[in-house]
Amino acid sequence: MTLAVRTVGIRKSFGAHEVLKGINLDVNYGEVLCILGPSGSGKSTLLRCINHLEVPDGGYAWVDGQIIGYALKCGALHELPVKRLRTQQSQLGMVFQHFNLFAHRTVLGNVIEGPMVVRGLSREEATARAMDLLDMVGMAEKAEAYPAQLSGGQKQRVAIARALAMEPRVMLFDEPTSALDPELVGEVLEVMKRLAAAGTTMIVVTHEIGFAREVADRVVVMIDGDIREAGPASEVLSAPADPRVRAFLGRVLS
Amino acid sequence: MAVVSSDLTGTSPDALPGADLPVHRLRHPGRWLAGAAVVVVLALLVQAFAAGNIRWPIVGEFLTAPVIVKGFGWTLLITFCALALGIFLGFGFGMMRLSANPVLRFAAWLYVWIFRGTPVLLQLLIWFNIALIFPRLYIPGLIDARMVDVVTPFVAAVLGLGVNEGSYLSEVVRGGIGAVDRGQVEAANTLGMTPGQAMRRIILPQTMRLVLPTLGNSAVGMLKFSSLAATIAMTEMLNAAQRIYFINGAVIELLFVCAIWYLAGTTVLSIGQHYLERHFGRSSSIAPPRRNWLRRATAGVQA
Repeated sequence: MTLAVRTVGIRKSFGAHEVLKGINLDVNYGEVLCILGPSGSGKSTLLRCINHLEVPDGGYAWVDGQIIGYALKCGALHELPVKRLRTQQSQLGMVFQHFNLFAHRTVLGNVIEGPMVVRGLSREEATARAMDLLDMVGMAEKAEAYPAQLSGGQKQRVAIARALAMEPRVMLFDEPTSALDPELVGEVLEVMKRLAAAGTTMIVVTHEIGFAREVADRVVVMIDGDIREAGPASEVLSAPADPRVRAFLGRVLS
Repeated sequence: MAVVSSDLTGTSPDALPGADLPVHRLRHPGRWLAGAAVVVVLALLVQAFAAGNIRWPIVGEFLTAPVIVKGFGWTLLITFCALALGIFLGFGFGMMRLSANPVLRFAAWLYVWIFRGTPVLLQLLIWFNIALIFPRLYIPGLIDARMVDVVTPFVAAVLGLGVNEGSYLSEVVRGGIGAVDRGQVEAANTLGMTPGQAMRRIILPQTMRLVLPTLGNSAVGMLKFSSLAATIAMTEMLNAAQRIYFINGAVIELLFVCAIWYLAGTTVLSIGQHYLERHFGRSSSIAPPRRNWLRRATAGVQA
């Protein structure tokens, strides 16, 4: 087992409210980790701190041999220039709750944007690979459609293809099904299950307990900016030790 | 049978008439009356102008007079150059207004404050007389000339109108960029795009859709405001017309000639705006792209 991601004491406050109180978390290559917890527990913020969309107030994330956003020099962290930070970020595929597809680009345009602009692939090469990915998420026949013409589930599947197109080492999912109509949740989870089965390293912030139970290798439960419970899905979900975790799971499972 | 009543309370539901009853639409005599009144007023207006003290043949004669057409050419050139300058400055200062650097933000604010806060006619006059402040334009290694030779009436008109327009457009651009969803930038960041790439490829194209209606207004406005250049001895169309009617006394005729040309120009601009808006708005329509009437018509001819 090789370590892919380690967060080291990540702290983050918004104003006086401390959202993350020093999070230590390890994820191995090929592992699927689900982060559960009530709204406002800091799980999305943790994910956004890992890929530096939010800059942590303290601590840092280490991904694939690099500290995200910093260079370690003489015992101090030096902020990286934006270009090098972006290169690191492109190794962390991000799927957003609200999809954030580029509204002015077609489905295909969304998927080839990163490979062409950031990695310098030719349009033909990027298109060929994008069509493979769109095929994988079942959106190939919608390649010429614009995001406004798609359902939420279709948008999210395109967003997953777009993130995969950068060939990231780790995929981050920020509540990927929370903005979807209930009948559209399944098609997105189906794609995610296929990724998990293919050995993709995934960190998934979710409210889908069923998905966590079925797919996650490990589950952590966050409450008030702390990890209260961590372990294999079966243990954490069926016999949580922490009373507040028990209360939370009782609420969502009922 | 002539029962006029909508009260069917006494009727048994089984006795209700079938669904295939003829329907008589409500008549709108008021609409006909209002329409007729407006047509009459319009006819009277046309009659008044036809019978009025205007020598229409002179209007026709000067409509294509070389001096007028050349003046309209200058009008178009001023409009185009000033609009280009205004758009360039608008995007530049609009982005500066949103910069993380407070000095840049302040400079952009100062620009808007000064040039939006003073009349454009005043600005034109100051540009035209700028040689009184700076007699020589001297940039080491680049240019060394008398200011009056550099700032001709044309240059003064373009600078005055363009810099003024830029101050308005920078506010529009600032609003347009601000209206693009933050998530779009975050998605660009996570794909590894630099701030410049995200601005050029993701933010600005989406800003275009939002600012185009205003930009179209600006173009139409600029075509008309270019007539202000007549006051600084620029022989654009209005100035040319004035020069002619000072001699031949056909004041109204020549002003009407100008009005016709301006209307033609703004009409063409409005049509261009329509097509530009459709181009940049194609991604936001739910329906697949509609074919336009022109292509439909020609397709019909071919078939």
